[in-house]
Amino acid sequence: MQETYTAYLIETRSVEHTDGQSVLTDSLWRRYSEFELLRNYLLVYYPHIVVPPLPEKRAEFVWHKLSADNMDPDFVERRRIGLENFLLRIASHPILCRDKIFYLFLTQEGNWKETVNETGFQLKADSRLKALNATFRVKNPDKRFTELKHYSDELQSVISHLLRVRARVADRLYGVYKVHGNYGRVFSEWSAIEKEMGDGLQSAGHHMDVYASSIDDILEDEEHYADQLKEYLFYAEALRAVCRKHELMQYDLEMAAQDLASKKQQCEELATGTVRTFSLKGMTTKLFGQETPEQREARIKVLEEQINEGEQQLKSKNLEGREFVKNAWADIERFKEQKNRDLKEALISYAVMQISMCKKGIQIWTNAKECFSKM
Amino acid sequence: MEGERPASPARSSGLPAGGAEGDSPGGGAPFPGSSGSSTLLQGEVLDLDEDEDDLEVFSKDASLMDMNSFSPMMPTSPLSMINQIKFEDEPDLKDLFITVDEPESHVTTIETFITYRIITKTSRGEFDSSEFEVRRRYQDFLWLKGKLEEAHPTLIIPPLPEKFIVKGMVERFNDDFIETRRKALQKFLNRIADHPTLTFNEDFKVFLTAQAWELSSHKKQGPGLLSRMGQTVRAVASSMRGVKNRPEEFMEMNNFIEIFSQKINLIDKISQRIYKEEREYLDEMKEYGPIYILWSASEEDLVDTLRNVASCIDRCCKATEKRMSGLSEALLPVVHEYVLYSEMLMGVMKRRDQIQAELDSKVEALTYKKADTDLLTEEIGKLEDKVECANNALKADWERWKQNMQNDIKSAFTDMAEENIHYYEQCLATWESFLTSQTDLQLEEASDDKP
Repeated sequence: MQETYTAYLIETRSVEHTDGQSVLTDSLWRRYSEFELLRNYLLVYYPHIVVPPLPEKRAEFVWHKLSADNMDPDFVERRRIGLENFLLRIASHPILCRDKIFYLFLTQEGNWKETVNETGFQLKADSRLKALNATFRVKNPDKRFTELKHYSDELQSVISHLLRVRARVADRLYGVYKVHGNYGRVFSEWSAIEKEMGDGLQSAGHHMDVYASSIDDILEDEEHYADQLKEYLFYAEALRAVCRKHELMQYDLEMAAQDLASKKQQCEELATGTVRTFSLKGMTTKLFGQETPEQREARIKVLEEQINEGEQQLKSKNLEGREFVKNAWADIERFKEQKNRDLKEALISYAVMQISMCKKGIQIWTNAKECFSKM
Repeated sequence: MEGERPASPARSSGLPAGGAEGDSPGGGAPFPGSSGSSTLLQGEVLDLDEDEDDLEVFSKDASLMDMNSFSPMMPTSPLSMINQIKFEDEPDLKDLFITVDEPESHVTTIETFITYRIITKTSRGEFDSSEFEVRRRYQDFLWLKGKLEEAHPTLIIPPLPEKFIVKGMVERFNDDFIETRRKALQKFLNRIADHPTLTFNEDFKVFLTAQAWELSSHKKQGPGLLSRMGQTVRAVASSMRGVKNRPEEFMEMNNFIEIFSQKINLIDKISQRIYKEEREYLDEMKEYGPIYILWSASEEDLVDTLRNVASCIDRCCKATEKRMSGLSEALLPVVHEYVLYSEMLMGVMKRRDQIQAELDSKVEALTYKKADTDLLTEEIGKLEDKVECANNALKADWERWKQNMQNDIKSAFTDMAEENIHYYEQCLATWESFLTSQTDLQLEEASDDKP
């Protein structure tokens, strides 16, 4: 059974010489699923990093005349650009660019998949993170992360809304332009019976055709703007992933601290003989007879060991947590600046597109007006 | 032939007394009392200027306020220059100015109907006064049209707006419908006034000047409804016969009318569709802009940029509204009038054919019956004259109609092109000023960053 899929050619150039000339060092083919594998790996090994998102697997927010078919050449091309962008973002990230697996992705054609899987990253992945809807009741959340999560929700919501309405606007604009094309045909037919008006009608009709077909390029360009917004739509998810990881760490920390506290209490009670906390063992000893002093000693010893261990673990968890927050926040600041730059640039390029559309419109209608006035 | 005025080739729209479609929707610019809408247009344009001081592209908006669409700033072809000159000649020759306004609803026990106020100003001697004001309802217009068709069966009588609108469930008394009808009725009367023959028609004069009761009694004279129906029946029946002997030039004319009718109907549909698509585009755009404002609420560093984008989209919305109103005021009524004209023309052809058929049948009778030869010969003589008059009348009027049509269509489409150019210029200025403000911001930020 044959499967058809699209593969993308990845060429890496390194700027080795002092004259700035780039040399083609590697060239290989990758399919979308390999990109996904790379990203999943990065998510596991760099949970404190806002990992760049992949372009969408299937076309969404499509205005209706645009093809939603994954094999459509325009979609494939836009996805290619998105994948290239993904790799460039990783390559320009101060930490991610040093990753070995990423390097191998660019250089090792065969067996790369096996190499990635051998890292055992899938086992390392915390399955709890995959449960998207799971909430962990954290008693002392870091306020910054709560705000960040809230921001990422808002970003996702507003960009989705924007993309949806933009698609509808594009649809309508398409309609306006295309209907004008009908003038072309009718003017041409009409010109056949007119002596004086004929030429003017005919040539005006031609301009109406030009107008109608000009919308295709305009909207294709606008898709690029939509893609830029989509990248940040997906980035919102990446932000949320970092927040979730933090939440999970905080939860584990709190659970560990709670556990340690209760063990300490148990220990104290055993040592002093007072039973303040309920324990099943306590109940059974009450019902079935006291334990011997030796047995109690043994238990205390076990608990003390566990407490020690627990304290070590708590210390390292605390350290881990602080490290995480520090690193994550550094990357988030980096991300914020990148986002502001990119979005501003996207909005400016949107304005540039509008300007180009208006200039085209002026040109076509000026020509049409010329023809009409000669009728 | 009744008294003829020199045919005025370049006009029917664009004249001061309210024929102008695109420029002064209220019509009657020389009469400040008649309708406020032309002053409204002026106000709108000024507001725009006040808001957009930096958008110099369209501050010189005189072109929209000119009575004709060929403003001195637009590059004009020699042909349009000639037309411009002709426009300026006309006001001196015209001596009958009509406006239709003030639709009023009247309720009786039997029915509800609308009357329109008709003001006529004239310097003609045959009118008792120089100014008349009467109220007429649609039925009265129908009556006038019928009388004109009766008196001049082969002249091209201007069309009346439809009795009802077929598509959609539009109430008779919906505001847009009334306004559209009012404008069309005004056009109708002015076209008659401009017509070299029809302008002197007696019924037309009565229509413009008689008080309500006078009109009623005048209507009762003349051939009744039944006889008119009889004429129509005969017309349909005999038109087939007339077609067989139709002279070459009228065959050509008929061919033209058929194709023209097809094409103008298509253009009407296309234009209406464009309007609809633009409206739907506007509706979506109105929802689009505010989302950027919403977004700006969660982005501290992008607040200005995002709000700026939203305001640009808003300005483009306003430009779209203007473009749409231009379409509905200039292009759509003209195209629609010619759709109705094309139906009119087919009726005129039929009536001409019928007159010819009458002659043909008598000639046939003469060939076969050979009885009452003298009587028949006399009748044939009269009919031959009748046919000749009818044909000549039609030929002359046809040339005049074609010329008018050419000018009207040309003018309407040129206006539409102008509206579109204007729309794009406005949007262009909006986005260019956005870009400038962003570049300025960047320069500011760059200098802020410098130590």
